[in-house]
Amino acid sequence: MAEHTLHADRAQGLDGFVKDWSSDQRAFKRVSWGKAMMWIFLLSDTFVFSIFLLGYMSARMSTQSEWPNASEVFALHVGGVELPLLLIAIMTFVLISSSGTMAMAVRCGYARARKATAGLMYLTAFLGATFVGMQAFEWTKLIQEGVRPWENPFGAEQFGASFFMITGFHGTHVSFGVLFLIIIATKIWRGSFDRPGRTWLKSGAGDYEAVEIMGLYWHFVDLVWVFIFAFFYLW
Amino acid sequence: MTDTMTGKPATAHIEGQQHPLKLYFLVWGLLFVLSAFSYMVDYAELQGMLRWSLILIFMLMKAGLIVAVFMHMAWERLALIYAILLPPAAVLAFLAIMTVESDYTFATRAVVFSGP
Repeated sequence: MAEHTLHADRAQGLDGFVKDWSSDQRAFKRVSWGKAMMWIFLLSDTFVFSIFLLGYMSARMSTQSEWPNASEVFALHVGGVELPLLLIAIMTFVLISSSGTMAMAVRCGYARARKATAGLMYLTAFLGATFVGMQAFEWTKLIQEGVRPWENPFGAEQFGASFFMITGFHGTHVSFGVLFLIIIATKIWRGSFDRPGRTWLKSGAGDYEAVEIMGLYWHFVDLVWVFIFAFFYLW
Repeated sequence: MTDTMTGKPATAHIEGQQHPLKLYFLVWGLLFVLSAFSYMVDYAELQGMLRWSLILIFMLMKAGLIVAVFMHMAWERLALIYAILLPPAAVLAFLAIMTVESDYTFATRAVVFSGP
């Protein structure tokens, strides 16, 4: 720690960037390996989702039949009124809320507030599970209406394949995020992050960085939803 | 790097990322407002270039806020920022290629499906 803080602020700006990248042993100074690797994993995941969205774009641009109007396909009837994209809007707000509670959890983690950190992470996991639940409802509704990966009653056949693949992959990410949130929150709640000794999640007592790394993943899932919401549901 | 948000030197973050609570609430609120705006774009049934540009602007603003503040990228060193944020630019090249390719497929289908 002392060694790399010593060199950390030697040069800034573009000059500092070149010095960091050409330096001995580590390019990402003051960033732990866990965090750097999570960022690199997220970069690879960015490419996965980018390619899904590009595949969807290609299918939509090259089809001869009319693309289904998402505004109508995902509308809900509430009290006799048809509200466009209502469920999707609620899902968006739930996921943003969960991103906010996760950011709070990271902050509480660095303040070593054990119970607040775990509680906020449980709340994040609950909101994430709510999101997945609503997505399951949406899938059920569409499947009942006859949407399949190879056909649907609304228009271009590629709609179903794009929809199930993109939202399915995103929902899987959310589900695994919920699982890991619960695992880490439970460990924090039991106080294992405040005990000395090294485990796969911490390097010693009071090392709450795992919460921030978990947060990176969770915010990324929210970030992907921002793009899916814009390109798949609104476009 | 001087912390642009708080004015404190970045060395203050060695013990971890600690930023004012107010900033998080501000970003949280902004994300809600921007989401409401993009939903309104659909609700108001805007069409054409206006619709697409508004969707893209709100999307990029939300993405920027999440990455910069919630993911703490604003306080990271350039070495990490460039390593993570520059490679996705390659997607733009792929986007251009696939746009051309899709247009070609569309034209080919128009010819073939119209039949002899």
